Amino acid sequence: MTVSGLPELMTVLACAVLVIGLSAHLLVADLFRRIISLNVASGGVMMLLLVLAVRGPGDQDPDPVPQALVLTGIVIMAAVTGLALALARRVEDPADEDDRDEETP
Amino acid sequence: MSGLVPGLLPGLLPVPVFLPLIAAALAALLPARARAWLGLATVACTAVVVTAITAGVAGLPGRGSGEDALSLALAGWEAPVGIVLRADALSAVLLLLTSVVGLVVSVHALAAGRDADALPSMSSLYGGPAFWPLWLALFAALNGVYVTGDLFNAYVMLELLTLAAVSLVALGGRAGNGAAAAALRYLFVAVVGSLLFLMAVALVYAEAGTLDLPLAAERIGPGPLLHVALALALVGLAAKFALFPLHSWLPVAHPAAPAAVSALLSGLVIKAALFLLWRLWGILGPVAEPVVLQGLGLAAGAAGSIAVLWGSFMALRRRRLKPIIAYSTVAQVGYLVLLLPLTAGPVGADAFGAGEGSGPGWTGGVVLVLAHGLAKAGMFLAAGNLALAYRGDRLRGLGGAVTHMPLTVATIGLAGVSLAGLPPSLGFAAKWQLLTSALAGGQWWWVPVLLLGGLLTVAYTALMVRATFNQPGGPDAEPPARRLPRTLVLGPFVLAAGSVLLGVAPAGLLEFLGSGTGDVTAGAGDAPGAAGDVPPSGAAGGDGS
Repeated sequence: MTVSGLPELMTVLACAVLVIGLSAHLLVADLFRRIISLNVASGGVMMLLLVLAVRGPGDQDPDPVPQALVLTGIVIMAAVTGLALALARRVEDPADEDDRDEETP
Repeated sequence: MSGLVPGLLPGLLPVPVFLPLIAAALAALLPARARAWLGLATVACTAVVVTAITAGVAGLPGRGSGEDALSLALAGWEAPVGIVLRADALSAVLLLLTSVVGLVVSVHALAAGRDADALPSMSSLYGGPAFWPLWLALFAALNGVYVTGDLFNAYVMLELLTLAAVSLVALGGRAGNGAAAAALRYLFVAVVGSLLFLMAVALVYAEAGTLDLPLAAERIGPGPLLHVALALALVGLAAKFALFPLHSWLPVAHPAAPAAVSALLSGLVIKAALFLLWRLWGILGPVAEPVVLQGLGLAAGAAGSIAVLWGSFMALRRRRLKPIIAYSTVAQVGYLVLLLPLTAGPVGADAFGAGEGSGPGWTGGVVLVLAHGLAKAGMFLAAGNLALAYRGDRLRGLGGAVTHMPLTVATIGLAGVSLAGLPPSLGFAAKWQLLTSALAGGQWWWVPVLLLGGLLTVAYTALMVRATFNQPGGPDAEPPARRLPRTLVLGPFVLAAGSVLLGVAPAGLLEFLGSGTGDVTAGAGDAPGAAGDVPPSGAAGGDGS
């Protein structure tokens, strides 16, 4: 199933994506771009986890554990992104607070 | 004793995680008043369970037989695939600290919430009704980090912790006072830290083929992959507990939060990431090449030393209570990291937790976590009270507070005594252990840092206390703008007093912490350290009292 060298290539690419995401996160000032770049960086880590699922050459099924981890990781990043976007909106426009009513019953 | 234990007690391990988690979901649905009581009841029940777990850990045969931890395989799935919960002495102590501080903070928030109806500004003490579900989720995540034996599970718990903590910081205010910006900054740093930690987890899995920490330590070999994983975990977790070059979010986020939240963040949340780092160091560290481990430890120790001095120096230059206390946390984190170089020597590890709990360095660090957790939580709550009573926490506006709110000022003073490590406080017992360890290991260069840091701590505590005195020659002391109910004043005082009084007789605590491997280490050639474990501080406690 696996082409020889593909996992190695994927590992290098995964690290590259992580580094690109993190550098962008640290260098960019705009809050929304920072949130997006954080997601890119997490994509790198997820790619690495997926590469780990490859179990040697041959027809072996991939290891399900890293795949389960990636699923969990994606869910967590979605939650983090949601919270980050809500906070970023408050920072950019302090008047824009939908949930004001909810917090002062 | 162990005959009774194995059947029932391990079954309690999931309770401190799941009970608060369920309560958090419920609390989000309830009206504000009911939330507070549900929250307090949950924390109290959890505290009882945690006490039982601690008693169970203390009753284990331990002593190097490999049975020094309670463990439970969730849903009957054993280690290579399943998630195993474990609690040893270190977990038990941190669980107990979390419950005690959590209980006091819950009572504080409940009392503040009850008066918030009459006096809306009271809700600034704890952040309003949204505090409860978030705090319960935070509580569940903290307990989860302490009982998990699984690396990925630890990552999930850390993320839950981050989400809850960031949301709690954002409760710090309506538009304009920067709480949202501080929370977002905290979130960014924490998530970058998590990603690096997840990378480390992935590398460990690649090498060991399991996420179970003790099992991974058996399967993994010393190699570049393990070393990179340890370095990534160090940097990632350091970002989460605000070690020196990565600390800049903390003095922004902690003061921006409501007082009760600041107390939780500084007293408890920081400790979860630190705990994980110690765990990794204790279990995977012994497998790594000693040179690499010592190098990483030295780097961490150097950063920690700068943190001690820089944090204290910045604290001295602040002119508001909460930023001073937040910078003090930056400094204290430095002390806690000094553990890594102090224990980086080759320590034999055969089972879960065997690498830690050996020698006075580890015990000192754990006791310091305890002392700092109690003292810092008390200090932040007291600062919140002063800020409420005097409409702001500027040092200039606090003149005369000592005559009108003596107990609150005493709380700050007592907590400062423990943070500085003056005898007979718990902080002293901890720092004594660290000093002993540094000298026994021939690493004398950490000693001046430890001592100078203590001196600076006294200085900024004095700065805060002095600001509350009546100005000489000035007008008479002003009465506070508002009177505070007794409950709000007593809670922080109990925490601060506890962090001092526990130091009078720390021998039992030290013995409990050392129980995991005391004998093994003594036989493994680490004799000066292990032998110096309990007696000096016992004697020291006697001197002080």
